[in-house]
Amino acid sequence: MTSTALSPEPPATWRRYFGFSTDAKVIGIQYIVVAFFFFLVGGLLAMIIRGELITPASDLVDRTVYNGLYTMHGTIMLFLFIFPVLNGLNNLLIPTMIGAPDMAFPRLNTAAFWLVPVFGILLIASFFVPSGPATSGWWSYPPVSLQNPLGQLINGEFLWVLAVALSGVSSIMGAVNFVTTILRMRAPGMGFFRMPVFCWTALAAQSLQLIGLPALTGGAVMLLLDLSVGTSFYRPEGGGDPVLYQHFFWFYSHPAVYVIILPVFGIFSELFPVYSRKPLFGYVYVCLASFIIVGLGLIVWVHHMFPSGVTQWMRNLFMVTTMLIAVPTGVKVFAWLGTLWRGKIRLTTPMLFCLGGLFNFVFAGITGVMLATVPIDIHVSNTYFVVGHFHYVIYGAAVMGIFAAIYHWFPKFTGRMPYEGLGKLHFLLTFVGANLNFLPMHPLGLMGMPRRVSSYDPEFAFWNVLASLGAFLLGVSIIPFLLNMISSWARGPRAPHNPWSAIGLEWLLPSPPAEDNFGEHVPTVISRPYGYGSGEPLVEHQAEIERALTLQEANR
Amino acid sequence: MTSTPVPPSGESVAHGEGQHASHNLTGFIIFLCSESVIFLAFFSGYAILRLSALDWLPAGVDGLEWRMPLINTVVLVSSSLTMVVAEHFKGKEKIWLFRGFWLLTMAMGAYFLYGQAVEWSGLTFGFTSGTFGGTFYLLTGFHGLHVLTGILLMGLMLAKSFVPGNYNGGEEGVKATSLFWHFVDVIWIILFVLLYVWRA
Repeated sequence: MTSTALSPEPPATWRRYFGFSTDAKVIGIQYIVVAFFFFLVGGLLAMIIRGELITPASDLVDRTVYNGLYTMHGTIMLFLFIFPVLNGLNNLLIPTMIGAPDMAFPRLNTAAFWLVPVFGILLIASFFVPSGPATSGWWSYPPVSLQNPLGQLINGEFLWVLAVALSGVSSIMGAVNFVTTILRMRAPGMGFFRMPVFCWTALAAQSLQLIGLPALTGGAVMLLLDLSVGTSFYRPEGGGDPVLYQHFFWFYSHPAVYVIILPVFGIFSELFPVYSRKPLFGYVYVCLASFIIVGLGLIVWVHHMFPSGVTQWMRNLFMVTTMLIAVPTGVKVFAWLGTLWRGKIRLTTPMLFCLGGLFNFVFAGITGVMLATVPIDIHVSNTYFVVGHFHYVIYGAAVMGIFAAIYHWFPKFTGRMPYEGLGKLHFLLTFVGANLNFLPMHPLGLMGMPRRVSSYDPEFAFWNVLASLGAFLLGVSIIPFLLNMISSWARGPRAPHNPWSAIGLEWLLPSPPAEDNFGEHVPTVISRPYGYGSGEPLVEHQAEIERALTLQEANR
Repeated sequence: MTSTPVPPSGESVAHGEGQHASHNLTGFIIFLCSESVIFLAFFSGYAILRLSALDWLPAGVDGLEWRMPLINTVVLVSSSLTMVVAEHFKGKEKIWLFRGFWLLTMAMGAYFLYGQAVEWSGLTFGFTSGTFGGTFYLLTGFHGLHVLTGILLMGLMLAKSFVPGNYNGGEEGVKATSLFWHFVDVIWIILFVLLYVWRA
């Protein structure tokens, strides 16, 4: 390892973040920043929704506007926040974790990223067309979604389908890239069972994208044709079948939940060993469980359609497969608890977010099994119970896991340390806010309050006020996060190459890494990941590499 | 990752595509697997709509004429064979024979599209004629787009074969195009069975 291999500074300035870069580390940060812009937009919509619901009467916004608000809130948060932010993490972490210089197809990567602002603008533009944005919920079921009262060709629903289809194209381009990179570009010595769990979960999640997304795209094309050309795939009056759309939609959109949560499982599996100084308990089983979740995740989609007129044998079958998912998921939760057990736990900001996320995930898992049960599902279908359940999954577990990842890997990719105080404040506000916001939705649902309404019976007022207060707390929680990110990137303390004493190829790179990561000096991996407490080196010549990095940091 | 020669230096190859030429085929195969799911979605949509329909055929339509599509099918399936022959000659470095059979494959693909167009223009029902018309034009149209893409890809590969010393990178393009063409062919066989052979 010569000193030329470790270039002292990243090659260019901040300007490269505003152009068509092909460097996965630049694209990763571009993805994350754009995703958080849309997070603020979607969050603002959520604030208006909860503002409307703080009183039983429909008094803040018009009812039709309200329909547009929840539709766009869901669509933006899923297609413009969660998926892009996870693709950002994939871009940052996959090449550095496996020792690759970049993604397999850098230009495809650039194109996939730049589609995000394009369909983002298309979707936001729907607020400004005469008929307003799509109002049929994020799932856009026909026949509601096929209504086009003003008869315009370019309407909110049209733009919605177009944006979702483009999002699918972007995600497929990303998935081809991530899968090829993981399969073909691992460092010498890194067999599949020496690969970090995050890469395993990314591989599993991206495989799901490849299998599921084309079904949604096909279904969306048919919806677009029904809406704009006048075909009748989903129109009962022309012999079509509206339930067919539900099959297409959920064949992808249920696995989409695993596309979201699997990388978060990967983050938990990376971070718990670091902050409890123990190897990941049951590494092989955690890896394999991801693919069992992929297999099962593809055969559970009908549980979203129990009240949609499906036959009883299908209900029973999909109830059982859905409940079976709890097994591989339980294996993972057990492995994390086994990792924490008697570890030297450090309650840093990323660790707090992981613990909070795990707590919320277990709660969401319990309500998930409840919802899988046909009699309970039919009772609470389309009520706030469902809303509470999936917000615990998406915000309580996934978003908190994403925050954990951002705090944990921030020093690696920016070269600066985030502030712990602001981070812990962010955690406290998020954890309390999320639970205060989403827990009251469960009693509301059990009492029978339907989702997607702007006015409700006064008997539901108490829990709704609590939920709205929690939502506003969540809104406030983002302020310390943004302050922390901006100020610590601008003038936070310089980060050493391995501030958390973590084990992994990415921590053998300088902070921030050179443009081509290890360049031609990719180390040879000689042991499994997470060798905490064993003192075993991860790669050949590890001591020399670390000495060179420390020396370089002392000289800067 | 190491077998391909290092590309010439320059801005665009700083962390270059050219270094990992062997990944292209992997990526393309992954993409094809994903693409097949769209067809699977359309096929299953067609089957569900057809099985649940009360009157599958719109009024005044007696079903589809199958003779011309059968000729089309024979042409398309044979074009997969001529493509294999073309690749065989490329392997033997008989470049002109390769070009000849490659061009023949393209011509057969073009004939298929022509036959499809003739069939479409003679039909008495349209895209909006119930689910029968909708699924028919959706399936044949979407497949036709793939045939067109295949012909364009073949044209690109043919043009590339005239660039001297090109077959370091062109090799994979030819393989990928051929995979794509066989894929389009298999999809058509399933489509033919679903649309023309399956009688109520």
